[in-house]
Amino acid sequence: MTDKPKIPAIELKQLRFFYQPGSWQLYIPELVLSRGAHLFVRGASGSGKTTLLNLLSGITRPVSGELYINGQALHQLSSSARDSLRARQIGVVFQQLNLIPYLSVLDNALLSSHFAGQSRSASVERARQLLCRLGLAEHLHWQTAATLSVGQQQRVAIARALLPKPALLIADEPTSALDSDNRDAFMRVLLAEADATGCTVIFVSHDQSLKQYFQLQLDMQQLAQGVQPC
Amino acid sequence: MLMKLARLSLWNRRGTVLMTWLSLTISIALLLGIDHLRTEAKNSFTSTVSGTDLIVGARSGQLNLLLYSVFRIGNATANISWPSYQRIIKHPQIAWSIPIALGDSHRGYRVMGTNTDYFSHYRYANSQRLTLAQGQPFNGVFEAVLGAEVALKLGYQLNEQITLSHGVGAVSFSQHKDKPFTVVGILARTGTPVDQTVHVSLEAIEAIHLDWQQGAPIPGRQLSAEQALAQDLTPKSITAFMLGLNSRMATFTVQRQINAYKNEPLTAILPGVALAELWQMLGMVENLLLLISLLVLLAALVGMITTILASMKERQREMAILRAAGAHPWYLFVLIQLEVLLITLLSMLSAAAVLWLALFALQDTLAAEFGLFIGLNIIKLTSVYWAAAVLLLAALLATLPALLAYRRALSDGLAIRL
Repeated sequence: MTDKPKIPAIELKQLRFFYQPGSWQLYIPELVLSRGAHLFVRGASGSGKTTLLNLLSGITRPVSGELYINGQALHQLSSSARDSLRARQIGVVFQQLNLIPYLSVLDNALLSSHFAGQSRSASVERARQLLCRLGLAEHLHWQTAATLSVGQQQRVAIARALLPKPALLIADEPTSALDSDNRDAFMRVLLAEADATGCTVIFVSHDQSLKQYFQLQLDMQQLAQGVQPC
Repeated sequence: MLMKLARLSLWNRRGTVLMTWLSLTISIALLLGIDHLRTEAKNSFTSTVSGTDLIVGARSGQLNLLLYSVFRIGNATANISWPSYQRIIKHPQIAWSIPIALGDSHRGYRVMGTNTDYFSHYRYANSQRLTLAQGQPFNGVFEAVLGAEVALKLGYQLNEQITLSHGVGAVSFSQHKDKPFTVVGILARTGTPVDQTVHVSLEAIEAIHLDWQQGAPIPGRQLSAEQALAQDLTPKSITAFMLGLNSRMATFTVQRQINAYKNEPLTAILPGVALAELWQMLGMVENLLLLISLLVLLAALVGMITTILASMKERQREMAILRAAGAHPWYLFVLIQLEVLLITLLSMLSAAAVLWLALFALQDTLAAEFGLFIGLNIIKLTSVYWAAAVLLLAALLATLPALLAYRRALSDGLAIRL
């Protein structure tokens, strides 16, 4: 996407993970994504998608190999350092039910900046602008998240993920609960906002029709064999 | 934000939280209440009478005698004849005596016949004397001195006319209407049953019963107040009397002599010993109550932890969202702890309020029915200890769901296990 010779947003080398030795394992010889790249990961359920997401977001630590996010060696960090790295550098959008139902829309959006250690007063204005750009009008900001439609909730989730200006956005089938009209609108605002902040996107889905939005693709089945560098 | 999350999360589950809060409020109020009653009752009991070496009544158990002579609870089984009383107090070791004649009442408050020695010799708490807030001790026959509580509750002033009733019930059908009394004095508050007593002279008790026999008016023989005054008003009997001795060393000797008095079966008790025995009896019951209330509290706390544990399942999504947004597992641990402490703290505040209101409402009943004078000040050192212990126990129990949240956060990661 970008041709600036910078540190890659994400870099994996000889990454290996398994729950028990000898059982199923995930192996990625090499994966490099430059800043602002959009990657589509296709995989059926059971193919290790969730494991990959847990590894990329620093929830679990790889058994061996190297994993760099924005130049930081995630595999060497302690768990609390990985948590704060996740707060600052990685945004996550789930399939559905992304929001804490009893918090207001604005507070939901501000969660990530809270954990990133950014002051509330500094973040509120940006959060409101971001929400408005994502098509959530001012009057919705004070409603509790549970009152929104699914499509609106997913857009609040994007706002939360992007608010601390992360290097990486991980989306785990975020469109599966949306109808096709909503899905297209969602994909457009997601990628537009990611581009606006220069954020790298890893989008996981089994829905082949979403491939059209991405330049780079990766099949979970291929991971054992190796991956084309980007 | 942490506080806001805890607060709103509790509000989101307000149904179960409300029930938890209720049960905790009740059990904490119970615990604090019983602890409060324990100390107050002990103070109240032990400060009721002091400086009196012996209390003498017709032969009965020492608790019965103590209860009716000092606490105005229950009734005497028999009386002491006036000549016996006169003979006993001639004993060289006896410094002073206070005769007590009970059996009448005024609108639920007991009437006590005595003489003016009562005002000079009776002591309570730390050897404090009775003092008059207004007026003076009774002098004439149809004059009464009121306890502080009686005057306050019934709104009596000096020089007011009151009528005594026969018997000790709150409602009496036989009144001594023909012989009204004038209020000549009102005692200062003592915090003892004295506050609840109407004091008249022994002669007055004799006068209002001149035309009575066997607890009922004698038909056809009615004496007016003036006629009564003309009669011989020397009492025929009294209910009990208190003794002060010249030397405390003589207490047991005098007690033995009175118990062995030949003309009449009498019992002499040492108020301190009787109070201690009474307290021991009540103290055991109250220790048991305290133990039960502790168990009730434990049950309520365990109930709270159960509901929180049950809610952990439905809150897995919430935890995963917080994790994804960058929360460390410790943050989730602290969040659960904070929720538990919030509920407990809230319950403690409401428990204190409930307890205070209950005491405020029941204070008079407790005093009137049981002779217990319970103060309203529930904030004291022991209640602070209890509060700290309850919080600590809650925090300790809360580590269970909090650790569960912590461990799930580590093992489940961003996945929602069903």
